[in-house]
Amino acid sequence: MSLSSVLLVSSMFLAGCSDEKTSTDKGGEKEGEISGDITVITQRTDIVDTIFKDYASKFNEKYPEVNVSFEALTDYGGEITPRMNTKDYGDVLLIPTQVPIEDIPSFFEPLGDLAEMKDQYMGVEERAVDGKVYGIPIAITYTGIVYNKKVFESAGVSEIPKTFEQFTEVLQKVKDSTKAVPLYTNYAAGWPLTQWEGAVTTVAGDPDYYNIKMINEDDPFGKGKPHYEMYKLMYDVAEKGLIEKDPLTTDWETSKAMMGRGEIATMVLGSWAIEQIKSQADNPDDIGYMPFPTNADKVIFPLGADFQIGVNKNSESKEAAEAWVDWFINESNYSVEQAGGISASKSAELPEELKQYEEQGVEFSLLTPANDGQEGLLDKIDKESEVGFWLEDHKKEIVEAGIGNRKESFDDIADRLNKDWNKARAKIK
Amino acid sequence: MKFSNLPYKKQQLVIIAAFSLIPVALLITFAYVPVMNMIQYSFTNWNGFSKNKEYVGLENYKMIFTRPEYFKVFTVSLYYFAATFFQMGIALYFATILSFNVKFKNLFKGILFFPYLLNGVAIGFMFLIFFRPEGTLDTVMQAIGLGNIIQLWLGNPDIINISLAGTSVWRYMGFNFIIFLGAISSISGEVFEASEIDGANRWHQFIYIILPSIKRIIQLNLILAISGAISAFEIPYIMTGGSNGSETFVIQTVSIAFKYGKVGLGSAMAVVLLLIVIIVTLIQKSAFKEEE
Repeated sequence: MSLSSVLLVSSMFLAGCSDEKTSTDKGGEKEGEISGDITVITQRTDIVDTIFKDYASKFNEKYPEVNVSFEALTDYGGEITPRMNTKDYGDVLLIPTQVPIEDIPSFFEPLGDLAEMKDQYMGVEERAVDGKVYGIPIAITYTGIVYNKKVFESAGVSEIPKTFEQFTEVLQKVKDSTKAVPLYTNYAAGWPLTQWEGAVTTVAGDPDYYNIKMINEDDPFGKGKPHYEMYKLMYDVAEKGLIEKDPLTTDWETSKAMMGRGEIATMVLGSWAIEQIKSQADNPDDIGYMPFPTNADKVIFPLGADFQIGVNKNSESKEAAEAWVDWFINESNYSVEQAGGISASKSAELPEELKQYEEQGVEFSLLTPANDGQEGLLDKIDKESEVGFWLEDHKKEIVEAGIGNRKESFDDIADRLNKDWNKARAKIK
Repeated sequence: MKFSNLPYKKQQLVIIAAFSLIPVALLITFAYVPVMNMIQYSFTNWNGFSKNKEYVGLENYKMIFTRPEYFKVFTVSLYYFAATFFQMGIALYFATILSFNVKFKNLFKGILFFPYLLNGVAIGFMFLIFFRPEGTLDTVMQAIGLGNIIQLWLGNPDIINISLAGTSVWRYMGFNFIIFLGAISSISGEVFEASEIDGANRWHQFIYIILPSIKRIIQLNLILAISGAISAFEIPYIMTGGSNGSETFVIQTVSIAFKYGKVGLGSAMAVVLLLIVIIVTLIQKSAFKEEE
């Protein structure tokens, strides 16, 4: 037996021990004795019959008495939320973002104490209520810009743009010297515009900004503020004609193939999209990923949680469901292989692709969670004010204003958003 | 006691009750109860999930009537309203022609009714491709030499609602058409024969025989079409999601209720829409009555 296999065996033994410990903590039963039928609901219609089946058989090697079945929903948020008015919404499911954070405990089973779990997992603070964790992110993704290296090359761009100015220059070069669309907004699908929001932290250059500072500001869309600056860029590129010709008839699926063929230079997207675009590219190595441009001193790749996986409060086999959650997060490797991100487990390492940026001094950091007493406040103000940080409505208006389809200027829209924000803030406080 | 021994009146009653039990139960469960619920929600600030709904009185209604931008979107409905007349006109035209002897009559009927059978989502996607730059419409226009007036059919905010209303006409015209056709074919053939002997041409027949005979049906279609225009939703929602100035009242209601988690306010808007539709219908009805 070689040294490495000894290490492997001992680490497996250790992992087994820790698992046993958590399961005894939860129910006083040993693993292997856990049994029951569980239904796992997922948003991945594309791989539910293939990769998830493999997951089930691997899971069964460890827990032979548990019967796992899957259900995949196309429009996850839209289809699961009406079902949550009944008790029948599977045993393991993703926490829909539509559910207000304070209402999560009426639907989900607590998975543990926040104080303990936050050393173990990233992003569990996001949907924790009263010190209890209800969900663990199925992956941690990061936001930046997907670009086609070949297009950059033929436009004569040799260096990755770092500031807003450099970035706009690069797009202009692409427009002048190639046939590719410099920046494809995917306006028609709408949701890709919301991907920009993930980059606010890069623009701010400060992981505290989003949850701690912004919430106490009167004008998050004021001149010089990260939101203003970032969406001004969106407006500017639209105004300068650096986006697709007719944004209203674009199509997300086609855009991936177009980028793969070098007909699109850049798109602002989360890291989850890299694999999907690569899989449609003539040469996957042409597809690169870079941080969002920023005028801040330090460059941050903001890490954000994907959907969070949780257990139905009304489940009849909670132990089996919790075992699945544990296995899915720690052992399935879903986060890296399928979600294009990194694992929520803090013991996991950064993938190769990101190491090059780490060498350049780019920081990877999670957003600092809100201060005590202000948890969930941002979410509430966001909904009350109808600013919709993570919704496409106002981003669409910004693009419309940019291409001259609206009478409002960018500053008008920003003013309006500031006003709505303040009104709601005053009402909630 | 046997059923047949009951008095006739009672038998009638039992049978009527038995037959209507299921439809009435369905109607109550799927139409009236939800509407009652909706009215109830409209007085709360429910977010769609929370276990407790706080009663806020008329707060939601106050909000709707103090924010004029909520009603601005009704200008979009005007496009669909105008399109309604266009739609009824073509439907009537085809129904009249096809009620006379025409070659391939059934084929044409099928072709004209077909769009109504298609799924709204499919139609939305079809027309997205149709209106896209260098899409079907542009290709056809190039081919017939109209290439110089090509526009961004959805990208231009002045044209987008015309394009969408056009799609809506294409979709619903078949429905009006089939109803008109049914009404026209119920007119006795002898009337037409008699008029021909009197020397009436096709135009006379249309004006003096067909129109008066199907007046009621036209009224009914008009009411349906107008309330449809006020509550236009499916086609703009699928094709543009309400962006670029194509937002209708219903799209706005849906996003307020489900995107921003304000089910209470959204319900209140739906109640307001319901009232508007009822009022418009009543106005129309009384207007037609006076004519008689």
